[in-house]
Amino acid sequence: MLVLEGLTKRYKTGDLALDHVDLEVPKGQVLALIGPSGAGKSTLIRCINRLVEPTEGKVVLNGETISRLGSGGLRRARRRMGMIFQEYALVERLSVMENVLSGRLGYVGFWQSWFRRFPPKDIENAYRLLERVGLEQFYDKRADELSGGQRQRVGIARALIQDPELLLVDEPTASLDPKTSRQIMRLIRELCAERGLAAIINIHDVALAQQFVERIVGLRQGKMVYDGPPDGLTPEVLTEIYGEEDWQATRKKGGEERAADAIVEDDERLAGAL
Amino acid sequence: MAAASPIPALRPWTGRPIIADRRLRWTLGIAFALYLAAAIGTIEADWVRIWEGLDRGWAFVAAFSNPDFVTRWRDISEGLLESLTMTVVSTAIGIAISIPIALGAARNLAPLPVYYLCRGIITISRSFQEIIVAILFVAMFGFGPFAGVLTLSFATIGFLAKLLAEDIEDIDRSQAEAVRATGGSWMQWLNYGIQPQVMPRLIGLSLYRLDINFRESAVVGIVGAGGIGATLNTAFDRYEFDTAAAILIIIIAIVMIAEYASGIIRARVQ
Repeated sequence: MLVLEGLTKRYKTGDLALDHVDLEVPKGQVLALIGPSGAGKSTLIRCINRLVEPTEGKVVLNGETISRLGSGGLRRARRRMGMIFQEYALVERLSVMENVLSGRLGYVGFWQSWFRRFPPKDIENAYRLLERVGLEQFYDKRADELSGGQRQRVGIARALIQDPELLLVDEPTASLDPKTSRQIMRLIRELCAERGLAAIINIHDVALAQQFVERIVGLRQGKMVYDGPPDGLTPEVLTEIYGEEDWQATRKKGGEERAADAIVEDDERLAGAL
Repeated sequence: MAAASPIPALRPWTGRPIIADRRLRWTLGIAFALYLAAAIGTIEADWVRIWEGLDRGWAFVAAFSNPDFVTRWRDISEGLLESLTMTVVSTAIGIAISIPIALGAARNLAPLPVYYLCRGIITISRSFQEIIVAILFVAMFGFGPFAGVLTLSFATIGFLAKLLAEDIEDIDRSQAEAVRATGGSWMQWLNYGIQPQVMPRLIGLSLYRLDINFRESAVVGIVGAGGIGATLNTAFDRYEFDTAAAILIIIIAIVMIAEYASGIIRARVQ
C-alpha cells in the first residue's frame, strides 16, 4: 500500500537524515521504527506526508506518487494519512471537539470551518470517536485542561476522523508514564486492527515496540539496518542499530516487564483476534 | 571512606562578570562615569526662572482644585465625542491593516521578500512620532478629525503589527504542524493552527492600543488633528485653566477606566 523508494533527505545544513530508504508497508500492517535519536525516524515519517520535503526518492501511496503532487493534490493525499505526535500537538486553546474536528479540515470549506459549522455526520463521528477513546464527557473542555494520556487520546481521535488509510505516529509515548504508554499503544493497535489501518510508529522504547507490533525496522544514521519480526532483535542487531551496549540486560528487563505486566492477557486476546 | 580523608583545601569560585577583560571593564566604566558627569555639567538650569515659573505652575495646579466642567461643557463634550470616535475608528482600521502585515512580517509564515516588505512598512510606521505624522496629514487633508484618524491608524500599524508578528514567531510549531498534517488549506491552517495561539495577545494588544490611541488623540489635537486635544488647546490659549483642568481630569478618568476594563478582559481571554 505504501512504498518508499530510495527516500533521501539532506537538510540545508548538509546533514544526511535519510539515506536511500526502501520500504514497503502492506495494508493493515503496524510497523515500529526504532533507532537512536537523530537516526532520521521523525524525518522519515514527515517525508511521507511531506511536512518535510524529501530531497530524492519516491513516496507512493496506493499507486499515487505523493512526492510529485502539487499543493492541492498533496492536501488531498494528507487527508488519507492521519498523524499522531510526541507532545500530542493539540491546539491548546481550542476545545476537545474543535481539535477532533480539525481532522476534517481537508474535507470542509474555509467558511464552514471558520464558523465551526461541520457536517452533522462529522460531528456524530467525532462523538463516536471520543466515546471509543473514552473521553465522551470531555468534548467541551479545552485541550490544555486534559492530562497527557487524555490529550494523546484526543490526538488519536483527530487522526482517525480523517478516515485515513495510514497512521504516521511520532513517538506517541515519549511524554507518558509506563502504564499510560501501554494503554496508548494498545489503543493504537486495536484501532488499526478494527479499521484495517497500516501504521508506522516511531518509538524509543524497544521493549514496548516488541510488545505491540508485528514488524520492526531499525534505522541508524538514515540507513535501514534491520527489517524483521520483533523476535529477531538479538543483542547483535541492537548493537548494529544503537551501538555497543549490554543488550542482554535490556532484553531481559524488557521480558520481565512484559511478564509482570497485568495487561498481558489483553495483548494475547488481541493477538488471537488478529 | 570520605569521612576518613582530611578536609581538602577550599577552592575559590566567583561569578563571571559580563565583560571578561578586567582592563576593558574598568576603562568602559570610568569613561561612562566621566561622560555622565560632563553631560550633567552642560545642563543649564536658570534657577531664578525656575523660581518665577513655580508661581505660574502653582496657578495651574490650583485650577485642578476648581475644575470648571460647566462653562465650556458643549465644547468639551463635542471634543470628547470626537476623540472617542477617532479612537475607535482608528484602532479598528489599524487592527484590520495590522493583521495581514503581521502575518507577512512573521519569519515562520512569510517568504523572504514579503517579510522584508512588511518589516519595512512597520519600520516606517515606527520611525515617525505621532505629532510629526499628524502635522503632515493636517497639511495634506486640512484641520479636523480625518487627519487625526489617519495619524492614529498609521501609528497603530507599527505598534500592533510588530508585536503581533513577534508573537506569531513564538508559536508552538507542533500545533501548527498538526493542523497542516490534516490536509487543510492555508487559510484553515491560519484559523486553526495559528489564530488560537496568538488570539489572547492580539486582544490584549488591541485593548492597549485603544487606550494609547485615546491619549494620543488628545495630543494630535494640539497640532490641529481634531478631538479633545483641540478643545484642550483652545482652553490653554484662552488661559481658561479651570476648563483645561476639567478636560485633563476627564482624560485621566477615561484612561483609568480603559486600563481597568482591559485588565479584566485580558485576564478572561488567557
